[in-house]
Amino acid sequence: MKNLFITGLVGVGLLGTSLAALATDAHTRVIATTCLSCHGPDGKSKSAMPSLAGIDKAYFVAQMKAFKSGQRPASVMHRHAQGYTDQEFEKMGEYFAAMK
Amino acid sequence: MHFNRRDFLTAGAAVTAAGILPSCAGTAGSGAPHVIVVGAGYGGATCAKYIRKWDPKIKVTVIEPNDKFVSCPISNWVLGGMKTMADITHSYDTLRSKYGIDWVKDTVIGIDVDKRQVRTAGGQTLNYDRLVLAPGVEIRMDTVEGYKEAHAAQKVVHAWKAGPETALLRRQLEAMPDGGVFVMSVPTAPYRCPPGPYERACLVASYFKKHKPRSKIILLDGNQDVASKPALFKWAWKTYYDGMIDYRPNNGPKRVDMKTMTVHTEFDDVKGDVLNVVPAQRAGEVTALAGARNDSNKVWCVVDFVTFESTAAKNVHIIGDSVLSNHPKSGHMATNHAKVCASAIVELLNGRQPDPVPVVANTCYSAVSDSTAGHVATVFRYNPEKKQWDAQPGGGASAQGDEINFIFNWAWAENVWAEVLT
Repeated sequence: MKNLFITGLVGVGLLGTSLAALATDAHTRVIATTCLSCHGPDGKSKSAMPSLAGIDKAYFVAQMKAFKSGQRPASVMHRHAQGYTDQEFEKMGEYFAAMK
Repeated sequence: MHFNRRDFLTAGAAVTAAGILPSCAGTAGSGAPHVIVVGAGYGGATCAKYIRKWDPKIKVTVIEPNDKFVSCPISNWVLGGMKTMADITHSYDTLRSKYGIDWVKDTVIGIDVDKRQVRTAGGQTLNYDRLVLAPGVEIRMDTVEGYKEAHAAQKVVHAWKAGPETALLRRQLEAMPDGGVFVMSVPTAPYRCPPGPYERACLVASYFKKHKPRSKIILLDGNQDVASKPALFKWAWKTYYDGMIDYRPNNGPKRVDMKTMTVHTEFDDVKGDVLNVVPAQRAGEVTALAGARNDSNKVWCVVDFVTFESTAAKNVHIIGDSVLSNHPKSGHMATNHAKVCASAIVELLNGRQPDPVPVVANTCYSAVSDSTAGHVATVFRYNPEKKQWDAQPGGGASAQGDEINFIFNWAWAENVWAEVLT
């Protein structure tokens, strides 16, 4: 069964829908990409904000939780972090970790 | 999960149909589904990019009359002499070529919602499966008596859409003698860029302080108090520009006389050397062509926030400043509307359901001097029961300006321009 499922995914990939797009749910791709208005296209910052592409998931989640609790001081990230759930941090972390 | 061979074949066949053949969900004609995006500002450009990024099968055409993207955010820095027009002007070339977006340099003059067609001033008729309108705001020149004439004569401009008026207002400020008076008005909320007028007052004051220190600014506000980041701006006016900015709340303009260069309010007649009257606004002209300016005052557009589809015009999505909501009308917010809308359109054109509970965020920096700034940031989570956006805890604004926020203010601009246009 597992093999069939994987074969199915590959088939979809060949048909032009990228695996990443399929693997990411619509909620996650929007909450993740909205971050890029400050953090740069494809998670690659052109300026003072840190890049998010390829970030370690566990590190990302820990930072977001620290911003949320106030443990890590921030200029603006404490405001954003309080608006998302821990589960959303996990999903965003996966998304950015997979970004090349 | 039970998954047998027959299920797999069926699923494969369905995917094939969606992947190669025109999607059965919402495709009007033959060929790939077609989305037309009208307006390539922060919202429209982002929406076009992400539809192509998330589903390259969908054909996207942008209709935009301007050759270049000119950013409203940072345009106050041009007025303050901190940046130039070249710094806020950017090419569409990379966006067009990198994402394979069809581009029509034209203006939409007609929309047939039933036939799913737009007509352009250049005489083209284009068919769409889904239409995205991202026109920003229309400046309502007729709300201030005498303004239309003064504006046409280029004596009094708003410079509330970045471009030639920004450059003209800067020249007027440069030509003003030391000891002159700059009169600016603020429309009653809601309007584009809530902190914009107050930031403008700060940055013009910063320029005056260095080059024309005897000059004054009179800020005529149609609102009863500073409409955004009030603590930050009041702090800056006192700290940096004490005595230079005369702030008059509840005192919006009623009439402008370009011969005597006077702004008349209900209470005052205010003469100035440079007048910058910013009239009230409404949803961009093109939304009216679709019958989508449908709030109770016929000023803004009511949309379903899951898809940003108009509640008045089927298959017509509206994003950015034109939308009626509790979101600030900011460029940053427009990029977020664009991503929710692009994602929903991709789902709908593939016969899937869009995310029923989208989350968006606003981040907005305002410079208060040539080296300090503050911010406001809020996350909004859609509440499907109430059909409204709930501002999440933790949102808010800086009470004072500082250098860190100033660095991030410019860094934001560099990254958001890259995000929208490349």
